[in-house]
Amino acid sequence: MGKKNRNVAIVGIGQTEYSSHKEYQNQPEMINEAVRAALKDANLTLDDIDCVVHGNMELFECVHQPDLWHVLGTGAFGKPQFRITTGGTTGATIVCAADNLVASGMYDVVMAIGFEKLQEAGSTTAGITNMADALWYRHLQTGALTSAEANLTIDEFGAERARRAAIKHRIMMDKNATINPRAHRRFGLEYEQAEDLMKTSPPLVGELRLIHMCSQSDGACVMIFAAEEKAKAISSKPVWVRDHIAVHKEEMVANNYAYERPETSHHTAARKLFARNGITDPVEYFDVFEMYDPSTWWGMDWIREFLLLEGDAHIRMVENGDLNIDGKLPLNPSGGVTSSNPIGATAMARVAEAALQLRGDAGPHQIKKEVRHGLASGFGGTMWTVLVMLEKDLDWQEVN
Amino acid sequence: MAVLRREDTSDCFVMPGKMVLPVQYFAGRAGSQFIISLRDERKILGVKCPQCKKVYVPPREYCEKDFTKLDENWVEVGNQGVVANFTVVHYNDKHLPLKAPYILALIKLDGADTPIAHIVSGIDPEKVSIGLRVEAVFADKTTNTILDIDHFAPIVD
Ligand SMILES: [Zn+2]
Repeated sequence: MGKKNRNVAIVGIGQTEYSSHKEYQNQPEMINEAVRAALKDANLTLDDIDCVVHGNMELFECVHQPDLWHVLGTGAFGKPQFRITTGGTTGATIVCAADNLVASGMYDVVMAIGFEKLQEAGSTTAGITNMADALWYRHLQTGALTSAEANLTIDEFGAERARRAAIKHRIMMDKNATINPRAHRRFGLEYEQAEDLMKTSPPLVGELRLIHMCSQSDGACVMIFAAEEKAKAISSKPVWVRDHIAVHKEEMVANNYAYERPETSHHTAARKLFARNGITDPVEYFDVFEMYDPSTWWGMDWIREFLLLEGDAHIRMVENGDLNIDGKLPLNPSGGVTSSNPIGATAMARVAEAALQLRGDAGPHQIKKEVRHGLASGFGGTMWTVLVMLEKDLDWQEVN
Repeated sequence: MAVLRREDTSDCFVMPGKMVLPVQYFAGRAGSQFIISLRDERKILGVKCPQCKKVYVPPREYCEKDFTKLDENWVEVGNQGVVANFTVVHYNDKHLPLKAPYILALIKLDGADTPIAHIVSGIDPEKVSIGLRVEAVFADKTTNTILDIDHFAPIVD
């Protein structure tokens, strides 16, 4: 049994630079920059686009139904358009929707748009805080600024080792961001600064310091998806969307409702996705992993969850440099989310950056060795996960 | 290090905007009873599921696991409990209830199966630990919210 009615490939990718200084562009203009870049990349015109999927964080810029205004930049005039907003996962959910819309046979060519202009947003953290149960928990929490995974990591591996690995991981991400011309925060950090950063970076909540936390960025990411036959005609380097999975686990949140720590949504997603695709050793199989890592502590803990590792294997990978851009399994060669976080575009940028690595078109942060199998994750809301598998070649075996 | 390209943003105007979004949230019958008891009797109530025996604080109308109706099964849980987990807030922001640093904790009250989130005061943030026994300190003025409990304080023997 095939999972899809027909195969789907990514045939065009456009991203703006991610930054917090886009006073020179309004929202539709910023989106339009990425739309034009994606069309150019695919060598297509608007006439070739059958359907548009658009999304960002609900109400972050306090514009209700922004897809209407944004028609000025999206090119959706006179075309079917869907709006999708699933918190931090939005960009990846849009990828899933575009994949489904093409695979189903409904449309041949679908353009997916994720954007955010956090520089225009009132207060992201106050906004995220408003996700909480409005009656009993909203007064008493700190939004995405959380130390929970830091505490768990320290409890398990000791403060010294955990803090040291976390800051090494953060510096590695910055080293990748520094060579990515589209990345927002490029500090040019060196490993020798670890000791200093661990002490001087402003503390936020618990063990979480400012240096560990993601940026607030503006930017847009656009991807064009096409059915197999069209994809082969459009692109000499189509990147195939092999499979995707979405998992939501509300009971993860802060143990407010839970009695024991359940399996994380990341672990559930990876376990199921890999099983149904016959992947028994993800570290061995994948050549690149673009992970939605909203903070260093989350990101480091989630290496274990996504790659189905046990014990301290994930910490050892950080310590040994296995996740560096020239390591065994390069993690976020783009610099990841601690470097750039235009939220509604962020999860799509993970898929886009992984696809660019498979094409060999990432730019200065291209992985040197051949990249054939890609993994990209989205994260958001009250523990939601989207996980997407990409392939350079259309040669995988279906597993039931 | 890559050189940061900066777009020229001179003469690019930023239009100021402000949205005031007043909202109101209905506590429901069970939630309202919980507040009335906090406010008038300084007692913390939960509901016990006759099916799975879980005691929920704050209360809810139906058990989230087996959908049994719960709001006839009120139980009084203690005003004391233990810190089940905690974090220390180190930064200041408009929407936060206190000036940093302060302790946010999940407190499992005696007799409850679910923890509630609240502030722990009266102890150095460096000294708080899981298992610390704490007691509710009620607010002088009611707001008809969970903040009718002002905070939890360590129990001094
Ligand atoms: Zn029950």
